[in-house]
Amino acid sequence: MAELPKTHAAAARPLTRRQAYEAQVRRRSVTIAGLSTAAVILFLVVLIPQAPGWAAVKKSFFNPDIFAKTFPGLLEAFLLDMAIFAWSAPLIFILGLVIALCRDARSPALYPVRLFGILYTDIFRGIPVILVIYLVGFGVPGLGLPRPYNSPFIWGTVALVLTYAAYVAEVFRSGIESIHQSQRSASSSLGLSHADTMRYVILPQAVRRVVPANMNLFIALQKDVALLSFIGPVEIFRQAGVYKSLLANFTPYVGAALIFLAITIPATRYADYLLQKQSRARS
Amino acid sequence: MKLMTTSAIALLISSGMAFAASHCAAGKTMKDGVLTVATGNPAYFPWVIDDAPETKQGFEAAVAYAVASQMGFADEQVEWVRSSFDQAIQPGAKDFDLNLQQYSITPEREEVVDFSAPYYSAAMAVLTRQPVVDGGAEANVASLKGLIWGADANTTAVPMLAEIVQPDKDPLLYGDNADVVEAMKANQIDAALFDLPTALYLGAVVLDDGVVLGQFPPERSESPDQFGILMEEGNPLKECVDAALDALKADGSLAAIEAEWLSETTGVPVIK
Repeated sequence: MAELPKTHAAAARPLTRRQAYEAQVRRRSVTIAGLSTAAVILFLVVLIPQAPGWAAVKKSFFNPDIFAKTFPGLLEAFLLDMAIFAWSAPLIFILGLVIALCRDARSPALYPVRLFGILYTDIFRGIPVILVIYLVGFGVPGLGLPRPYNSPFIWGTVALVLTYAAYVAEVFRSGIESIHQSQRSASSSLGLSHADTMRYVILPQAVRRVVPANMNLFIALQKDVALLSFIGPVEIFRQAGVYKSLLANFTPYVGAALIFLAITIPATRYADYLLQKQSRARS
Repeated sequence: MKLMTTSAIALLISSGMAFAASHCAAGKTMKDGVLTVATGNPAYFPWVIDDAPETKQGFEAAVAYAVASQMGFADEQVEWVRSSFDQAIQPGAKDFDLNLQQYSITPEREEVVDFSAPYYSAAMAVLTRQPVVDGGAEANVASLKGLIWGADANTTAVPMLAEIVQPDKDPLLYGDNADVVEAMKANQIDAALFDLPTALYLGAVVLDDGVVLGQFPPERSESPDQFGILMEEGNPLKECVDAALDALKADGSLAAIEAEWLSETTGVPVIK
């Protein structure tokens, strides 16, 4: 009986001392991670409900009846968020690209264009989105535009596009600048014009290179769409606010947060995956 | 002589204190001998004039001081703080004893906070602009259905709009009165539903061409809009506040305060 471990080990090729040591270290760290996680969970599950206000917090934020009652309405309101996102995103992509190209204008005669690109990104990256939404969403229609051209949907979208295009333009610019100068030289030696160089050589690489960074911006946009509610549209955040006010309960906000997470977590994971793939391809 | 005056004043103050201490509210307020009252930030006309409740000017400011004095607090024992709607309903300790900012009493809200007996029954009114009236809007439900509606998302105007008017297009909702008016100026909405005194103020002062088209009498809705003083759930002050309000109603002083600050509300046509 005593011989068994020895023969067994011999059959499976004995571990070197280093491997044995590493296996031991690994076991140890798994145990420690398990214990600390269990301790944290225990702490959260046991101690938070002990807090004197827990019953009230539970009733106000995690009320199952109110959750069930309001969740369908929130989902429906979220469709509006998705729609606003869907029509804003392509516009942001296009305007962002145009601004990035403005900033890349190299001919001296085009300096005003370049200056415009610089001023644009400075201004719209510098103003909080909500202020742009207020100023554009109420201000421009206030000039006396006729219906339906004064719709808060139109001008709210314009505000989102203006702001996010500034960020996206900067991302594109970094992509454009990351393409080595030698490629421009090579393509002009092949007789390509500046515009063709940009179109066939630089942009295809630059745009692909910054996809993960842009993904992050679009995830942020998905959340900022909710800010449009300040100028009227009843999307999920406003709908949750209405429920909150009528029921005097914050549970609808928790429901709205869950709906946002259901969209943004997969999107963030996908962006991470793209980023990882890219860094593997480069190294 | 001087000594006597001082001691007389001292006696008066101490007897005042003793009176407060023996009163219903004694020991039930957050700070002993001080009634902390919350209002909106900003507080709007005609509820509070010039956003300065401590001047006792405005309907809710006057009601607060009247209730306080019924409960045995002198004017200088009333302290004002500001709170938002969300702060008022969030769980946990409150930083006010009483909160008056046109809170409509609803059964759902009642589960989370306490309300006093109602101190005002608000009719809901339709605020619109002259061009909309010129365009043919009339004070009847059929005509109102076709308008583009707006409302403050935090008010009971939202369910009331769905219940009574049932507009053809989804209403647009805003965070506060100022934003609703801004949307009206930008011609993004035709009309908005407010409690009558607020509608009268916005129509007369904030909008250049504002018109209060008509009012829905309080009994029109299944749940008439009644304003109550909001308190933390289970606040022992409630019985004192209710007793004070009952006394103010019985001796006619509440009606007098209403007449002083909200008298213009008569004469607005009723919507059919």
